[in-house]
Amino acid sequence: MDLLTVLQVLDSTVRLATPLLLACLAGLFSERAGIFDIGLEGKMLAAAFLSAAVAYTSGSAWVGLGAGIFASLLLSGIHGLASITFRGNQLISGVAINFLAAGMTVVVAQSWFGQGGRTPQLSGAARFEPITLPFAEALREVPVLGPIYYELISGHTALVYIALLFVPLTWWILFRTRFGLRLRAVGENPAAVDTAGISVVWLRYMAVLICGVLCGIAGAYLATALQASFVKDMSAGRGFIALAALIFAKWRPWQALYSCLLFGFLQAFALRPDVIQTVVGFKVNGQLLDVLPYILTVIILAGFVGKAVPPRAGGEPYVKER
Amino acid sequence: MTTAPAIELKGISKSFGPVQANKDISIRVMPGTIHGIIGENGAGKSTLMSILYGFYKADAGEIFISGQKTAIPDSQAAIAAGIGMVFQHFKLVENFTVLENVVLGAEDSGLLRPSLARARRELKALADEYELNVDPDAIIEDIGVGMQQRVEILKALYRRADILILDEPTGVLTPAEADHLFRILENLKREGKTIILITHKLREIIDATDTVSVMRRGEMTATVKTSETSPQKLAELMVGRKVSLQVEKSPAQVRDVILDVQNLNVTDEKGVHRVKDVSFNVRAGEILGIAGVSGNGQSELLEVLGGYEKGSGTITVNGQPIDLTGAKSDGRSRRERGIAHVPEDRQREGLIMDYHAWENVAFGYHHDPKYQNGMFMNNAAIKADTVEKMERFDVRPPDPRLAAKSFSGGNQQKIVLAREIERNPDLLLIGQPTRGVDIGAIEFIHQQIVALRDQGKAILLVSVELEEILALSDRIAVMFDGRMMGERRPQDTDEKELGMMMAGMNKGEAA
Repeated sequence: MDLLTVLQVLDSTVRLATPLLLACLAGLFSERAGIFDIGLEGKMLAAAFLSAAVAYTSGSAWVGLGAGIFASLLLSGIHGLASITFRGNQLISGVAINFLAAGMTVVVAQSWFGQGGRTPQLSGAARFEPITLPFAEALREVPVLGPIYYELISGHTALVYIALLFVPLTWWILFRTRFGLRLRAVGENPAAVDTAGISVVWLRYMAVLICGVLCGIAGAYLATALQASFVKDMSAGRGFIALAALIFAKWRPWQALYSCLLFGFLQAFALRPDVIQTVVGFKVNGQLLDVLPYILTVIILAGFVGKAVPPRAGGEPYVKER
Repeated sequence: MTTAPAIELKGISKSFGPVQANKDISIRVMPGTIHGIIGENGAGKSTLMSILYGFYKADAGEIFISGQKTAIPDSQAAIAAGIGMVFQHFKLVENFTVLENVVLGAEDSGLLRPSLARARRELKALADEYELNVDPDAIIEDIGVGMQQRVEILKALYRRADILILDEPTGVLTPAEADHLFRILENLKREGKTIILITHKLREIIDATDTVSVMRRGEMTATVKTSETSPQKLAELMVGRKVSLQVEKSPAQVRDVILDVQNLNVTDEKGVHRVKDVSFNVRAGEILGIAGVSGNGQSELLEVLGGYEKGSGTITVNGQPIDLTGAKSDGRSRRERGIAHVPEDRQREGLIMDYHAWENVAFGYHHDPKYQNGMFMNNAAIKADTVEKMERFDVRPPDPRLAAKSFSGGNQQKIVLAREIERNPDLLLIGQPTRGVDIGAIEFIHQQIVALRDQGKAILLVSVELEEILALSDRIAVMFDGRMMGERRPQDTDEKELGMMMAGMNKGEAA
């Protein structure tokens, strides 16, 4: 296997890991605040649809991104209302959001565009284009480092770089700011936050809304950067893989990056039957390759996570005790 | 010149639905004093303090802080008014450091670093001033409860509290830790802080407070100088009738060994070695009391004997060994061998709170032929049996169709006791018999335990209340860190010596 093939696989690893990473960080904010969110999938899907639809209509990928975030925030608001204000069951609310998004996106897409539940192909400014970083062309000929810079580091869309920037930003917010301290506290022991005179409800809504913004970016990325249109069920379980990555990362930002890269790599690997054939030495059935990332997800979660302690107040609505 | 009270409450009332938790309560707490509030469970002490701390809003009444009328709509306002609260169940974030817990909610700015640095300096100053030594970088879940409580006090002082409310602060402490706490409170008082101490322990009130207020059924029945009252008088004020604080009992008529435990070891599912090589026996006609701070292996000991934890070693009952692992080590097998068990945590292990009293009375004994009707349960028979038991054990109200959770703590305990004692066991295991039980019911429960002993039964009593251990036991064993620290006779020992043993110190073996 030559360097270029390896770089191609790694390059697509980065592209495929990006939506996972955004969704994973989204879940991290929400779950660290004690709100479990299995509705990441639905929020991504809704954001993917609305961003593609609005990007097509407006001709601007950035306007599309805004619309995607709006769609995701709307669903986040519902989840917040159900699980914070009305103290409902967070799992049920999440499942409902997933169903709602799966159904609504297709129905609305069909009535809007009449193309069988998809949006028209995006092109030009309606789509996020790869950015060539400075000197990428010039350095391309430098042995080893040149191709790495050109193929792997340069040439992604803006959203990929934004997602990567969110990793240190999330870490900094969580562990270096007052907001982060309170956010982590409210997911561990909301009573401690409440008796300290801080609003549990406000903190949890903030966390859920941040989760909405990040899921919105993730969804918009799927439809306007990774692909060039919305198609039915295009999130394809990424919201759930992101949750798996979150558990694997034990709810920590840098580890979230690493575990999302791992899951992204599995997906990228499965897309390259030729590479797999050179590695394992025989031809592997294509459908088997498609399910490979999911099977590996299960294996990793079952066998390699070790003891993952979720935020202690996770999933529990906060009720003041007498 | 007279100083204004640190706190003055006028006409505070609060209802939860049909229940009036506080009725027209007025109280004055003078600055620089330790003011005790005593009352039974459900008397309204905690509700009153929650109103003062802004957790609840009073339906009527006014609050004055240092003479100024103050509205306390939320905890933020209480903190701003200089009130700090140490709750019975600590409000700490378990996986945060001490420093982070102290700073939480009282940060100086959006960035943490400067706040943490200032808190570190202040903690050091506070530690020197009040004997409040805590490692600022320790993680809460790694430090003991006594230390955790000091963190709670530090939290309040860091927020510049002048008035400190402590709700049942000694429930989780060893006697030595409790003494340390009271020394800290004395230091705080000397610095001019005002302390409100909520407790149901008469001795603490007598030892530590300057003034005491008594609450009963939502009303403030009396406020007296502590030096002018006695435990007996306070108990009467709390209960509203004469009560006996002494347990009447004749010398034990000890017969054969019923329970013999040799080299018992228990390791829990987390791999922690909870009970270490414990050996003892209990004879017919005696009460063996096991003292110890909770979490030193007593619970696991009861669980193994009760048949819901595995162990290794040899245990015989009436000379026959019982299984510690395998199919015959369950609760039903234990009951068949004449062991009855009143578990420590009655709400989780003793009762199903949402089920009716009659269902709870049948649990564990539902195989009894008289509860059967062919292949069905004979519910009418169970209910009739329950009514009978409720009358004999003075359960109020004696209605078998009420859910277990609708009864008060004392009446719940009587239901469990009735179920277990009425089976005429050879051995009664009883854990924390009077935890969360009011004084009137404590008297009754203690009488029942002594009566059972006098019928020639063996009784293994586990309690964290030293007074209870001393009052009931014929022999006392102390557990610390999973080991037996030694045995004493109640007449040869006192709280001080037992307290030392509970903290792991043993001054040589006595008889």
